[in-house]
This record gives sequence, C-alpha cells and structure tokens, in this order.
Amino acid sequence: MKVKYFAWVRERIGLAEETVEPPADVRTVNDLIGWLSGRGEAYAYAFEKPKVIRAAIDHAHVKPDAVISGAREIAFFPPMTGG
Amino acid sequence: MSVTATIRIQEGDFDAAQEITALSKGRTDIGAVVTFSGVCRGSENGAPIAALTLEHYPGMAEAEIARHADEALSRWPLQGLTVIHRFGRIAPGENIVLVVTASAHRQAAFEAAEFLMDYLKTSAPFWKREESENGAAWIEARDHDDAAAARWSKS
Repeated sequence: MKVKYFAWVRERIGLAEETVEPPADVRTVNDLIGWLSGRGEAYAYAFEKPKVIRAAIDHAHVKPDAVISGAREIAFFPPMTGG
Repeated sequence: MSVTATIRIQEGDFDAAQEITALSKGRTDIGAVVTFSGVCRGSENGAPIAALTLEHYPGMAEAEIARHADEALSRWPLQGLTVIHRFGRIAPGENIVLVVTASAHRQAAFEAAEFLMDYLKTSAPFWKREESENGAAWIEARDHDDAAAARWSKS
C-alpha cells in the first residue's frame, strides 16, 4: 500500500510517500504507526506522540482503530491548520 | 432545483467580487450573499511574519471540502456555494481562502458560511508554515478551532 506523509511528519521522515508491505498482524492504523516507528530513528521521531498524529485512508479521515486492509493509500499528518 | 458547489484548490489568487458575480449574475431568487475571505496576517502573537506557506493533500483536500459543501447544501436552503482555498507561498495581505454562500434569506447564508469555515479549519488537509526572522515553523492547531467545529455536530 502507498503511504503518504505531510507537513512536519513528512519533514521528520524525510519522505513524502513510499510503498510499504506491512506483515499481516498489522491490522489497524495504530498498528501501522507502531510498525513504521520501528523502521528507524526518523520514523520513531515522526511518530513519537502517536496521539497527535491524524490519519486518512483513501482520502477520508479515520480513527486510530480503523482497519487498514484493502486500503490503497494511507496518509499521516499533524492536526490541520488551513482555512 | 439542485445546487452544485464550486470548489477550487489553487495556487493563484482569487477575486472575491468576481466570484460573487459568477454566483449571482442574472438571478432573482437570491436575497442574501455572504462572503468570507481569510487573509494572511502580517504578524502572529505580536511578531512580524514574512509569509505563510500552505501545504495540502491533493485529492483529499477537494474530497473533504466537497463532503462539507454537500452537508451545507443539505442543511441550509442555499442557492449557490463557492469555496476556494489557496496553497503555496502567501504573503501578508494576500488571500488564503474564500467562502461565498447565497440564499433567499440571510440566516442560511451566514450560518452555512460559518459552518464551512469552522470545518475548513479543522478537517481540510492544509498545513500552514510560517516564515519569520526566527526561521520557519509549522503553525500549531488551536483547541478553540476544534470547539468551533464541534458546535455544528448534530447530537
């Protein structure tokens, strides 16, 4: 699945997007945050406060317990500050 | 009559007067037009800022605004609705966002415009980065914006 990062999450990780293949036991958005955090210091830094991180699956906001199976695109970003 | 919202996410500037004309020209069923323009301030907490850079999530920004525009159209009797949100580098005094609502009477137009702005602040995927003499920093979300959006939730 494709994973996208925005704002300071993108800056901390150093990537705007990538394709990942998490193992089958990574079921939810929260699981994915945990799995990504284990990929290195930059990821651990980006996700150091998981409660602050917002997520979207296929362009729709989701909660941390949302199931990721079937998702084409998952995005992680800080709280929005538009408008 | 079904009303379709006009939604644009663009780097370039917009002209609020032109958007009002586009919405209301040649029509006699509109009695109220409310316009909200969000403009880049030249200072934040007393400190001058050089510019804002707005990052957005292409695709989701359009989808999220469309979702809330559809909700506004279903909750208020609107005759027209336009939402424009800019991205990229924006200098103090320049436009950031525009909401135009048109209705037969003012209350619906006022309420729908406020509803849309409250949701744009908290759910449209845009992030502001502020440039000042101290460097660049991401602007933090404000709790009172969440509270403003929450008051529109149907219980």
